[in-house]
Amino acid sequence: MPPVRIRERAKAKKGTVKRLLKTLFKLYPIRLSFAIFCIVFNVFANLSSSIFANFITVCISESVFPTTPGLGPTNPFVGSHDLVNVMSFITIRDTNVTKLLIAMGIIYAFGIFAAWWWNRTMAIVTQLYMNRFRKEMFNHLQDLPIKYFDTHKHGEIMSLFTNDIDTIRQFISQALPTMLQAGLAVVFCFIAMMLNSIWLTLVTIVCTIGMFYSIKIIGGRAAKFFMKQQAQVATVEGNIQESINGLKVIKVFTHEEESTKQFDELNNTLKEYATTANIHGNVTGPINMNIGNFMYILTAIVAFLMLLIPGFDNLTFTGFVPITSENMSTFWGIVIAFLMMSRMFANNINNFSQQITFIVMGMAGASRCFDLMDQTPEVDEGYVTLVNITKDKDGNIVESKERTRMFAWKHPHQDGTVTYTELKGDILLDHVDFSYDGNKLVLKDVSIFAHPGEKIALVGATGAGKTTITNLINRFYPLKDGKVRYDGININKIKKDDLRRSLGIVLQDVNLFTGTVMDNIRYGRLDATDEECIEAAKIANAHDFIQRLPEGYNTLLAGDGSNLSQGQRQLLSIARAAVADAPVTILDEATSSIDTRTERLVQKGMDQLMKGRTVFVIAHRLSTIQNAEAIMVLDHGEIIERGNHDTLIAKKGYYYQLYTGAFELE
Amino acid sequence: MWKKIKLILGSVREYKKYAIITPIFMIFEALIECVMPFMMSALIDSVSFGVSTTYNGLPKERELNTIADIFKPIQYTNAGLGFTINVTVFGLMLTLVLMAGLSLTCGILGGRTAAKASIGMATNLRGDLYRKIQSFSFANIDKFSSASLVTRMTTDVQSVTMAFQMCIRIVIRAPLMMIFSAIMAFISGGIMACIFVVLVPIIAFGLFLIVKNAMGIFMRVFKRYDKLNESVEENVSGIRVVKSYVREDYEKQKFNTASDNMTGDFVKAEKIVALNNPLLNTTIHVSNILVVSLGTYIIYRSTVDANFWAHLTIGQMSSLLTYGIQILMSVLMISMIMVMLVMSIEAIRRISEVLEEEPTIVNPTNPIKEVKNGDISFENVSFKYKNTAERNALSNISVDIKSGQFVGIIGSTGSGKTSLVNLISRLYDVSEGSIKVGDVDVRNYDLKVLRDNVAVVLQKNVLFSGTIASNLRWGNKEATEEEMKRACKICHAMEIVNAKQEGFESPVEQGGANFSGGQKQRLCIARAILKKPKIMILDDSTSAVDTKTDKLIRKGLKEDLPHMTKIVIAQRISSIEEADKIIVLDDGRINAVGTHEELLKSCKIYQEVYYSQNRIGGNNAASKN
Repeated sequence: MPPVRIRERAKAKKGTVKRLLKTLFKLYPIRLSFAIFCIVFNVFANLSSSIFANFITVCISESVFPTTPGLGPTNPFVGSHDLVNVMSFITIRDTNVTKLLIAMGIIYAFGIFAAWWWNRTMAIVTQLYMNRFRKEMFNHLQDLPIKYFDTHKHGEIMSLFTNDIDTIRQFISQALPTMLQAGLAVVFCFIAMMLNSIWLTLVTIVCTIGMFYSIKIIGGRAAKFFMKQQAQVATVEGNIQESINGLKVIKVFTHEEESTKQFDELNNTLKEYATTANIHGNVTGPINMNIGNFMYILTAIVAFLMLLIPGFDNLTFTGFVPITSENMSTFWGIVIAFLMMSRMFANNINNFSQQITFIVMGMAGASRCFDLMDQTPEVDEGYVTLVNITKDKDGNIVESKERTRMFAWKHPHQDGTVTYTELKGDILLDHVDFSYDGNKLVLKDVSIFAHPGEKIALVGATGAGKTTITNLINRFYPLKDGKVRYDGININKIKKDDLRRSLGIVLQDVNLFTGTVMDNIRYGRLDATDEECIEAAKIANAHDFIQRLPEGYNTLLAGDGSNLSQGQRQLLSIARAAVADAPVTILDEATSSIDTRTERLVQKGMDQLMKGRTVFVIAHRLSTIQNAEAIMVLDHGEIIERGNHDTLIAKKGYYYQLYTGAFELE
Repeated sequence: MWKKIKLILGSVREYKKYAIITPIFMIFEALIECVMPFMMSALIDSVSFGVSTTYNGLPKERELNTIADIFKPIQYTNAGLGFTINVTVFGLMLTLVLMAGLSLTCGILGGRTAAKASIGMATNLRGDLYRKIQSFSFANIDKFSSASLVTRMTTDVQSVTMAFQMCIRIVIRAPLMMIFSAIMAFISGGIMACIFVVLVPIIAFGLFLIVKNAMGIFMRVFKRYDKLNESVEENVSGIRVVKSYVREDYEKQKFNTASDNMTGDFVKAEKIVALNNPLLNTTIHVSNILVVSLGTYIIYRSTVDANFWAHLTIGQMSSLLTYGIQILMSVLMISMIMVMLVMSIEAIRRISEVLEEEPTIVNPTNPIKEVKNGDISFENVSFKYKNTAERNALSNISVDIKSGQFVGIIGSTGSGKTSLVNLISRLYDVSEGSIKVGDVDVRNYDLKVLRDNVAVVLQKNVLFSGTIASNLRWGNKEATEEEMKRACKICHAMEIVNAKQEGFESPVEQGGANFSGGQKQRLCIARAILKKPKIMILDDSTSAVDTKTDKLIRKGLKEDLPHMTKIVIAQRISSIEEADKIIVLDDGRINAVGTHEELLKSCKIYQEVYYSQNRIGGNNAASKN
C-alpha cells in the first residue's frame, strides 16, 4: 500500500472566502440580498432605538434643568393631568414627544420584522446550502478513484463530513451576519460619537486599544495552554482507547492496578494543562467587561473636567464648541448620550473580534472541503459495454433484456456497426508493471493467463502484490506498463461499471452496511428476490447461522455488523458474491476466518457456483488452493514460480517450503 | 435522574470547596454589576443637578463651578426610596472605580475557582470511570462495546464538565442577576419597575414555547445526523465493495434522500429558533418605549408639581433602561442554560450507566490465596452468556485434567471452545455445575491469585505501547533480563527481540502495530510464561505462526515447563495431535474425548476436520492457516 499522506492542518487556501461567498450568492441571490438589507435595517433600528431614547433623555434634561432661560417647562397645558394629555403637550426642541414615541414605535416594528426575517433567512439558507454541500461532497467522493481512499486516512475523510462542514455552517449562519451587524454598528456608533465629541471619542479609542491588547495577551497565553491541553487530551484518549480495547488482556494479567496508575499520571497532567487553559478562558469575560466599566468612568471624568476647566472646549466636526455656563447642561446631556454609545461601541468591537476565530476556522474547513471537491474523479473512457444475451438456433448472439446468465461484450465501432463478443472469462495480464507512487514498482513484468473456467491461485507474503493484481483487473488503478485483456479486449476500452459488474469480488475485510441481513446479501444484485438471496446464503453455508439470529434474515446489522463473528461476516460476504453471480470471481482471502471444516462446505458450494467460470483465489491457507489449475507464487512483485500444486511440490522451491511450513506467511 | 446526577457529582470530592466558593464570587460579581448602573445614574444625576440653575421650576444657585467643587457635597434625591442625601462627585467616582475593581477581582477569582472545580471534577470522573471499568468482568465488558466505553470516557465526560461549569458559574448567577436587577429597578424607578414584572413572564413563556418545540425536533434530527455520518463512514471504509459492485449511484441516492429528509426537519426547527430574536427585541423595545414614555410623564409632572405622587430623575430613567435589558437578558440566559442542561442529560445517563454497573465477578469474602496444583475438573458445567439467552453456550461439560497434562480442544467456529477455557480463570462464572482448580472451586479463590496461576493467551492478542520489556513485565513486574530471555527462548520469541536493534528496549506502538501477527503471538506467549503459571491456556494463539515454529513452541513448553497444565485451542490438527487428551466440541457439548489416534478412529467430526486439512496424501504436512 502506498504511504498515507499526513495531512497538515494548514491554513485556508487563498480565495476560499471568495469562492464560498460566490457560490452562496449564485445559489440564493434574492434571499441573501434581502437578508443583508434586513441586517442593515436591523442595526439601524437598534441604534436609533438607543439614540432616540437618549435624544429624549437629553431633551428632558434640558427642559427640566435648563441653563438657558425659556427652555424649561412653563406649565402650558390645560385640562386634565392624565398621561395622554400631558404627553401630547410636552414639546422639546420643537418636537412633540408623542410623535417621537410613535416614530420610535414604527421603527422598532420594522426593526423587529427585519431581525426576524434575516435570522430566519440565514438559518434556512444555511441549512439548504449545507444540504447541497454535503450531497455534492458525498456524490463526488463516490466518484473518486480508490487511490484517494488509500492515500487519505478514513478519519480525515470523516472529519470533513463532521467537523469541517460544521465550521462552514457556523461561518454562514453565525459569523457572517454577526460580523456584518457588529461592523455596521461600530461604524454607526463611531460616527455618532464623533458628532458628539471628538475628545471623548479619543478616550473610547484608547480604552478599546487597551481591551484589544489584553485580549491578545490573555488569548495568546490561553492558546498556548490550549494547544498543550489538546495534545494531552489526545494522549489520554489514546491511553483510554488502548486500555479499553485491551481490557480483557489487562484482566487476564491482573494488571488493573498498574494500568490505573499509568492512567492517573496522564490524567493529572491533563488536569494541570486544562485548568490553566480554562482559567485563561474564564477570565477574559470579566476583564473585558470591567475595561468597559473603567472606560465609562474615565469618560465621565474627562467630561467632568471639560465641564469645569475653563477653556477646555468640546471639539466636534463643526469645530470647537466652547462650554459656557449657559450650555453646560446641554453638554452634560451630550455626555449622557455619549456614555451609552461608547458602551455599545465597545460591545460591538468585542463581538466583531470574537467572530474572527470562527471565520478562520470556517475558512480552513471550507478549504479542506473544496480540496475534496477539486479532486479529479475516476476517468472512464471505456465504450465497450456488458449485455445479457441469448443464442439463436444458429449460435448467433442476440442481445436480451432479461437476465440470462450469459453475457457478451457489446463493441460499437466507428463506422456505426456493433459487434458482440461472448463473455468467456479469458483474462490475460501481458507484461504488466505497476507502481502506486510512480517510482517504486510494486509489480514487475507480471504475465498471467487465465483460460475460461480456470482457477488461478496467487500465493505470496503480505506485500508481494497479490491484491494489487486483482486491483488492476477491475481497474481500481491504472497500469504503468503492459496490458490486461478480457476476452481479447483491452480492459481500458471496457466501461468501468460494466467491467466491475462482470467481476464478483470477496475481500478479506468484510464491509457490511447498516440494514438487514437480507439487504446486505442483496447488495450483490439489487433486483434479486428473497428466494435468490436465501439460495445464495445456502451456497455460502450462511443459512444456518442466519436462521439462528434473533430475527433471521430480517435481523438488523448495526455498526458494520459488529455483532457477528469475523467468520460469519465472511460467509455473508460470500453470499453477496453468490447473489451477484458474476462471470468472473476474485476471492481475496475470502475464507481466512472460517474454520477448515466450514470452509470445505463453503468451497463445495462455491465450486458448484463457479463451474465453468474463471476464479482468482488469494489464500494463506494453501489447502484452499491445492486444486487450482495454476498457482502463481509472488515475491516482491514478481512471479517467481508458477505451475499446479504437484509440479510446484516436485520442484521443491519456495512453494514447497511454504507448504511444509518452513516460512511464515506474514 | 436526580440520583444519577448525584452519582456524578460524587466525583467532585476535594474540589468541593471550589465548587461552593465559585457561586459566591459569581453572586458578588452579579451584585456589583447590578449596583453599578445605579451608582452611574447617581453620578449623572448629581452632576446634572450640580450644573443646573433651576430645580422644580424654581431658580437655584449652580453648585459645580470649579474643579475643586468635585469635593463639594451635592444634594441627591432617590425616587424609589424617597430619600435625599448629600454626595460628592469625587466620592461617586471613587466608589465606581472601587466597584469595578472589586467586580474584576471577583470575576477573575470566580473564573479560576470555576476552572479548578470543573476540571478537577472531570479528572476525578475520568478516574472513577477508569477504575470502574477496570473492575468489570468479561460479562460486564461484553455488555458495553469498547467504542461506547471510549465515548463515555471522552465526549460524554466533556459535555458533563461543560454543564457542571455552566451550573456553578451561571445557574446561580443568572436568576440572582434577574432578582438583583429587579430590586435595583424598584429602588431606582419605584412603581415604574412593574413594567418588567409584567414583561418577564411574557418573554419567559415565549422562550419556553420556542425551546420546547425546537428541542424536540433537534434531538430527533441530531440522531439522524449521527446516522447519516455513520453511513458516510461505512461507505468510506467499504468503498472497495461499493465500487466492485458498482453501487455508487445507489449509495448516492440513499445518501441524498436521507440528507434531504433531514434538511426538512432542520429547516423546521430553525424557523422556530428564528423567532427567538424578534421575541427578545420586541420585549426590549416595548420596555424601552414604556419606560421612556411613562418616565417622561413622571419627570415632567414631578418637575412642575412637587407634590406629584411619583418622582423620577433622568439618571434613574436611564438606569431603568439598563436594568430592563439586564433582566430580560437574564431570562434569555436561563433559557439557554436549560437547553444546555437538557442536552447533557443523555451524557449523564450514559456515564451513570457505567458507574452504576455492578461487576458480576467479585472476590469472595474469605478467599483462598494459594493454588495447590494444575488439576482442573469440570463437573456438569453449563454456561450462558446472558441469563435471558435461550441457548446455552456450553451444556453439561464434565472433564478432568491432571496437572502437567497437554490437552487440545478442537471444534468449529461457535462450538464453545473459548467459552470453555474462559471459565477456568473465572473470566465468566458458570451458570450451572462447578469448576475446580487444584481441588478447590474457582469461586473460592482470590481472583488475583487464581488469574496469576492460570495464564490465558487470548485469541485477540494485544501488545501495549511501551517497549518489549515493558510488555513482557506484565507477566512479572520484577522479571530480570535473564528471566525474559529464558521465557522468550521457550516460545521462540528471542529471534524477534534479537532482530531489533534495541533488543528488549525496542519500542512497541499502540496495539503492537509494528509487529506482525505471528510475532505478536509469540511475544504474548512469552508474557504468559513469565507469570510462571500452573495452568497455561493458548486460545488459538499460534494461528499466525508457521507450522515448524508452532511445533517448536509446543516442544519448548512441554520440555521446559513439564509441571504446567497446557490447554491448547487450535484449528490445525497438527497443533494438538500429540496431546494427552483432545476434547472435540460441537455446539456447546463434548462430542468426544480421546487421543489423536482414538479420535481418528471413532469421531466423525474429528475425521472430517483431519481430512479437510490433509486432503492430498496422508502425510503430516498440515495446511497453512
